[in-house]
Amino acid sequence: MIEVESLSKSFKVAKRSAGIGSAVKSLFNPQYSVVNALEDISFQIDEGEIVGYIGPNGAGKSTTIKIISGVLVPDSGKCKILGNTPWENRIKHVKNIGVVFGQRSQLWWDLPVIDSFNLLRDIYRVPEGEYRKTLNLLISILDISSLLTTPVRQLSLGQRMRCEIAASLLHNPKILFLDEPTIGLDAVSKIAVRNFIKTINQERKLTVILTTHDMNDIEALAERIILIGKGQILLDGTLTDLKKRFASHKIVKVDFTENTKSINIEGVKILNRSKESMALSVDLDVIKVSDAIGFLAKDLDILDVSVHSRPVEEIIVDLYKVYQI
Amino acid sequence: MKLYLRYVSVLLKSQMQYRTSFILVTVGQFFIPFFMFISVLLLFQRFSTIAGWTLYEVALCYAVINISSSLSECFARGFDTFSMLIVRGEFDRILVRPRTTLLQIFGTKFEFSRIGRLSQGFIALIFSLMYLDVSWDLYRVLTLLLMILSGTFIFTGLYILGATLCFWTVEGLEVVNILTDGGRNFAQYPLSIYQEWVKKFFTYVIPFASVNYLPLQYLLNKANGNLLAHMLAPILGILFIIPCILIWNFGVKHYKSTGS
Repeated sequence: MIEVESLSKSFKVAKRSAGIGSAVKSLFNPQYSVVNALEDISFQIDEGEIVGYIGPNGAGKSTTIKIISGVLVPDSGKCKILGNTPWENRIKHVKNIGVVFGQRSQLWWDLPVIDSFNLLRDIYRVPEGEYRKTLNLLISILDISSLLTTPVRQLSLGQRMRCEIAASLLHNPKILFLDEPTIGLDAVSKIAVRNFIKTINQERKLTVILTTHDMNDIEALAERIILIGKGQILLDGTLTDLKKRFASHKIVKVDFTENTKSINIEGVKILNRSKESMALSVDLDVIKVSDAIGFLAKDLDILDVSVHSRPVEEIIVDLYKVYQI
Repeated sequence: MKLYLRYVSVLLKSQMQYRTSFILVTVGQFFIPFFMFISVLLLFQRFSTIAGWTLYEVALCYAVINISSSLSECFARGFDTFSMLIVRGEFDRILVRPRTTLLQIFGTKFEFSRIGRLSQGFIALIFSLMYLDVSWDLYRVLTLLLMILSGTFIFTGLYILGATLCFWTVEGLEVVNILTDGGRNFAQYPLSIYQEWVKKFFTYVIPFASVNYLPLQYLLNKANGNLLAHMLAPILGILFIIPCILIWNFGVKHYKSTGS
């Protein structure tokens, strides 16, 4: 559905040191440095997938999204989305996609939400009947019926984001790009947005590409992640793969009746210990969690056990370290 | 076109949220150029003609240029403030919508307050028509309308050119105002009163001559040679927009976007 092949893009950035003197100098003799925002990016995305596109700031996430949504023209490379090349058949291409830029509104600031929706209907040439149907559906799942007559500038961020997402889906796109959709939202709104994305993905087989810094978004939504750093794809796989590769440890927490006996099991490290509880890190390459618990049960009178995976957030931090980005 | 009207009605609604400021700006827009017209009148108090043109003839020229310049400011204001669209990243939004960039930018702004300046232009037009000793036939009326249309196209083309520069500089460049505001100030008078190089510039580079000087000669019975050529000269001005649009489309491909 989306095929991207060896996409590259570089920017010329004006170099200038601080101070008025160098500002004047750069006016007459500008110095440029070339930044390779993207180098040889390739991937494929199938219909109905939710893909998390992650990477630290400046890694090239937005540049990629902008190229495949038809905003930027790359230096080289190929891209076919439903048969169109975004920068060559822009108008045909963008009919198939919806885009939400988390930090930029697509609604008309001074107007009631419904006016923006109606204008979008005309921009996308959505037939009236189809528009009514889609609108009613979106209003009911996103719970925005009470917001429709409010001017956009008076909406809270969470309310606005729900309207933004509705606006991007009015023309029934097949692909939805979400650029940091949960940025700045409170917990309730975040969960509402996530649930909605999940629902619409399942009901309409909508393909979703999501960039975010919030790993909970990724965990809740994306089955597949593409990690990008310094303009290159570093990792492309499922979240489970990633966890397997980078989460070779599990955390085991044990409560027991008072006991001070020393514990020594190979592959198990004690993280902290009190008289009645302890937390252990279990190296899965050496020992299975069940075996470790078995050994523990010999020495301790166990009251409660819980096993935790390392949070995705930490895995990602590790990943960034591994790839030095 | 239908979509454009929808844009305009939406913008009118937005504008009406700020009614008082709208009225004040409109009134201001009427008076600023009004004083300029007064200065033209004062000039003619000292000199009865300028290079053979009478007050009423100059007033006609002044009216045509001011009407077309304020019309283009109404419609093409989005291009005049285009650097803001780029800086705020709103041009990204325009690019992900399935309509031409030009139509959408026309639809970002409609400067209703230019009605002030527009009415001032019409007053000058009526003033000149009342005193001019010209017999108005159908051809002359058509030529006059064509002149206004042509002027609007030239100014709009200049705004588009100016906006195109933003693709490379991000910030808007005042350079273009030299052409739009300067062009308006020059073209308010018949070009024959200027030096040769000014005439050449406004004939061959920016074809204001096709709006004021050439058809004006026809209207005022001053034309020699081919009358039809004088009559249809404004069409050249309308064609000026074509290279502007081509350059614009070239610029869009070089758009670099900002931020994340």
